[in-house]
Amino acid sequence: MQALVIVGHGSHLNPGSSDPAFTHADTIRASGAFDEVREAFWKEEPSFREVLRTLESEEVFVVPLFISEGYFTEQVIPRELRLNEWDPEDWDSDGTDADHVTVQAKDVDKTVHYCGPVGTHDSMSDVIVERAKSITDDPDVGEGFGLAVVGHGTERNENSAKAIHYHADRIHDTGRFEEVKAVFMDEDPEVDDVTEFFDAEDIVVVPLFVADGFHTQEDIPEDMGLTDDYRTGYDVPTEVDGHRIWYSGAVGTEPLVADVILERADDAGADLADAIERVRQQIESDSATSAGD
Amino acid sequence: MSAADTIDDVEAALVEHAADGIDFDGLVVEPANGGYRWETPGEQLTVSEDLLRERAGDPYATNWYYWEHVVEGHDTPRRAFLRWLEGADDIDVPERYDELRGGHTSSWGELAVTAVLSEGGQRRYEVRHEDDLGEDVDAYTDPLEARHLVKHDDEGRYRPLSTAPSLPHGWAFVDLDGSDLVQTVDYVYPATVSNWHREREGELDVDHWSEVAGRQSGIYSIVEQLDDEALEWAAEACCVDSQCVKRREWDKSEDEELDVPRGDGEFPCREPCSLFIAAARKFTTLEREDTREYTFELTPAEKEQLEDIVDAVADGRVDEIREADVNEGANRYRARFLRAKRMDEHGLSGTPTYPEDHE
Repeated sequence: MQALVIVGHGSHLNPGSSDPAFTHADTIRASGAFDEVREAFWKEEPSFREVLRTLESEEVFVVPLFISEGYFTEQVIPRELRLNEWDPEDWDSDGTDADHVTVQAKDVDKTVHYCGPVGTHDSMSDVIVERAKSITDDPDVGEGFGLAVVGHGTERNENSAKAIHYHADRIHDTGRFEEVKAVFMDEDPEVDDVTEFFDAEDIVVVPLFVADGFHTQEDIPEDMGLTDDYRTGYDVPTEVDGHRIWYSGAVGTEPLVADVILERADDAGADLADAIERVRQQIESDSATSAGD
Repeated sequence: MSAADTIDDVEAALVEHAADGIDFDGLVVEPANGGYRWETPGEQLTVSEDLLRERAGDPYATNWYYWEHVVEGHDTPRRAFLRWLEGADDIDVPERYDELRGGHTSSWGELAVTAVLSEGGQRRYEVRHEDDLGEDVDAYTDPLEARHLVKHDDEGRYRPLSTAPSLPHGWAFVDLDGSDLVQTVDYVYPATVSNWHREREGELDVDHWSEVAGRQSGIYSIVEQLDDEALEWAAEACCVDSQCVKRREWDKSEDEELDVPRGDGEFPCREPCSLFIAAARKFTTLEREDTREYTFELTPAEKEQLEDIVDAVADGRVDEIREADVNEGANRYRARFLRAKRMDEHGLSGTPTYPEDHE
């Protein structure tokens, strides 16, 4: 038997923090690719500490629903899961190319495939583009559009910004958008000044965050001038300084993130048969249905 | 599956496995004298294969089939929990079946879990808030729904601690098989079945405060500084039965027990949880302050009123105090009167919190 564990941050204060993990887990459950799928959290339950013992599978794929590599993926999660043999060097990553490591957990008799976070997987670039398509309701969005990928910034982790630059560069290189920039909440270039960085009149702004919450729903809309008070809401697009800003909310809620989670498990050797293809088709057909609403 | 289908399956399995011998919950079947020896606590006889087939509907046979061919999962917490629900290790099969026919209910935190005998010795399970036994409530059959149902209490407040005794009412998961039941319970009270099972097996891996505090990093590394007395207060604040339905098994360390009652919960708490760590971080920073002397003027009734207010908040009774019940110290009008009389921009009794800032 093989199990998938999606590990997320969760929150003691914000009940919506765990929603993306639940939603993506449900998509993957429906694919039937794993005998068991379980969500675990740093701030909710089951904790990282106790999730492995809730599983009957001998083989467990752990995918962090985190944006960047660093404190959580390299210290907290392995420590709490008791992956005692884990060494961050095993990922051999410079901050954006963690892959997977196979280790034993100390408290259970299971083989654990510990994967890199969803945020630094290549296919996350596709999710950002998908987000741009859905927020503009235009499957061909790109021409005449700028794209800003928003990150938190420094925090306690230099890799936080690397993940944002990584995807911004990858999407830039596809040539799909006129301009692509990485911007941040608490370091330069700041999201507050987003309109200064683009010539394009239309700018899609996609925050590379896992869940919607304080930052994506309150800070960023106010910082960009979409609204003076987040409680009154804002239009999509909203005109600011002669630009139309198409602001999307956290990319982690995009259904296609379920696909990135599967890609991580697939890279680590999970037996998925055609689950990735089926999940993609399901997401496409769901989005086609909702677009018709 | 109909009763007849199930009995057909039991019959086929009996014949298939009799040759290797069956020994389960009081039933013994093994080859003997060209037929089979059939033995239960009530009878012992030798039967032909045809007669063995006819016994497929016997409670001992259907019970064996249910546990060995439906539940399976030897040594799993799931199986142990399902067995515990019907007292399978203590009660013989006919008595168990009698109990299960009417539904046998067990308590798990605030949950009531009911096992019912179904066709052909199958079991079906129900789980709901224990206060809702016998009530007409919304029925669910998909365990995944439990994640959302128990996220908020009856007043709509977010429940960050799954095992807080604030489980909402008004729902029941019905007609579940064993796996779905255990999954539902695991969504309501995550990992409790697994840790309970470890404890029963004598293998519960308790991590005491000193170990848990020692492994914290980042903003939580300071919790190591929480002193012994404050740790007791913290456990009294967060870990007693009125706050959490788990039974605290961790102490300060292996050799240093806390005095706070552990609680009477069915399932253990094997280490301080993330909520306790987050609270302990705040307690640690608060405990760094030295005491000061303040001089207040309060009437005796006002002193008691302040105590009433602290009690009401600490016991979660604020919402219960009626608007016009001015005999309650924590009544809103009483509190507003006290504030109007005794507090100004410097706070209580006109005494600044930091007098040196006002000199």
